[in-house]
Amino acid sequence: MSDGLALNWRRIPERYAMKGNHCTNCKQDYFPSRMICPNCRRKGHLVSKDMPRIGKIVSYTKVMVGPSGFENEGNYYLALIDLGSGAKVLSQIVDSDEQDIHIGASVKKMFRKIGEVEEKGAITYGYKFKVVKPLTEDQVEALKEKNKK
Amino acid sequence: MSEKQKAGIVAYGVYIPRLRITVEEIARVWEKDGKHVSAGLGLKEKAVGASDEDSATIAVEASRRAIEDFGITAQKIGAIYVGSESHPYAVKPTATIVSDALQAGPEVMAADLEFACKAGTAGVQMCLGLVKSKMIEYGLSIGADTAQGKPGDALEFTAASGGAAIIIGDKENEIIATIDHTCSYTTDTPDFWRRQHAEYPEHGGRFTGEPAYFRHVIGATKLMFKQTNTKAEDYDYVVFHQPNGKFPVQAANMLGIEFKKIEQGLITPYIGNTYSGSSMIGLCSVLDVVKPGQRILVTSYGSGAGSDSFSLTVTENAGKRKADVPVREMVNEKSYIDYALYVKHRGKINRG
Ligand SMILES: [Zn+2]
Repeated sequence: MSDGLALNWRRIPERYAMKGNHCTNCKQDYFPSRMICPNCRRKGHLVSKDMPRIGKIVSYTKVMVGPSGFENEGNYYLALIDLGSGAKVLSQIVDSDEQDIHIGASVKKMFRKIGEVEEKGAITYGYKFKVVKPLTEDQVEALKEKNKK
Repeated sequence: MSEKQKAGIVAYGVYIPRLRITVEEIARVWEKDGKHVSAGLGLKEKAVGASDEDSATIAVEASRRAIEDFGITAQKIGAIYVGSESHPYAVKPTATIVSDALQAGPEVMAADLEFACKAGTAGVQMCLGLVKSKMIEYGLSIGADTAQGKPGDALEFTAASGGAAIIIGDKENEIIATIDHTCSYTTDTPDFWRRQHAEYPEHGGRFTGEPAYFRHVIGATKLMFKQTNTKAEDYDYVVFHQPNGKFPVQAANMLGIEFKKIEQGLITPYIGNTYSGSSMIGLCSVLDVVKPGQRILVTSYGSGAGSDSFSLTVTENAGKRKADVPVREMVNEKSYIDYALYVKHRGKINRG
């Protein structure tokens, strides 16, 4: 119990903000964080980086019988999501119509409960993704502008 | 309050869960006349948080929208207050979860507030004081709830999930609407409560109307008129707490406020009563459409009981500082569930 508690607590930056890292040498992003860049080895230089909120579905699957802890979920979709700059993440898809879940669909990171082990235990929060309309060019520009600030 | 030191709303964000259940579907289960209930309450459906949503996840999503849509640097937020009557923990602050999710901390004041449906506006008052006294740069106040009604109880038709986040600041080029004045009206009135280990709240039935909602909403609003030397005609938009679709319309009538002034902020008919989120979501919907120079009056209500009233003036920034998705568009993103899925999502099934 207390071991799990400490482990979950240490993973808060990863789960809440999708904090990974970025190699300034080869420009590759890593999520979760790596200790060394596998491309550059000793030449690599890793800095902390929050992964972007928007990604694209690379592949997906419908889970019919979930693993322990997901018994209440019924059918749900799991997708491999490309976050750009090389990082990919496997995540549950929520709040999306079945026909909108496809390869290439734009998805956005949402903050959700990812497990409530027992009624009296600590609640774990983290990321799940939902399908969103692809950004228009104007929105991409506006986003870049905001990120500059 | 000092007239020289201006402060006000610099950013806002709303989050409404996607799931909806209709009043008719709830009425079907309890063998009531759904059309009659729906007409009596002035609402057709309510928003339902999914099983992996709670007041913390709603608070985070609403805050992220405020920060992202308005380009606020989270680290510059000096205080975070989360108002809710459905905090996920009895002891452990929701504000800590929000702070870490936004990466606003650890150098940040944070606390949870509870005052039934007006805890979020109480947080706005606190942030306003801290910003005006220059103790913080930005203050974030959130009203978020996953309100629960006892199965079969009248409240079950209206108790909904949703929330709004409002960021207070004092930079002239950022303020969308200055908060010119705020006042409150508070009494000990037991119209609605939930004891420590009770699952669902209790309420005083008809007692919730006249001595509770109307007395405080009218009381705080009249106090605002008196203290600011204004009258109903001076305001372009008015938002009242909306436990259903009818009470705010009646309150407006009593105060001689035309319906067209409250229409833009009247969101409960589409999503139900989001408790702490209710009047704040209404205000955000008004901020979506306001023009420079217009004046807004907001009066919240929390059982127990009290009302917070705010008088705001829209600035020149209103045209360029708007949320990416207006509230009235957001309410249309929905997916209907039946009563069985509803009780599963809201954890009302007792599995022993
Ligand atoms: Zn590298």
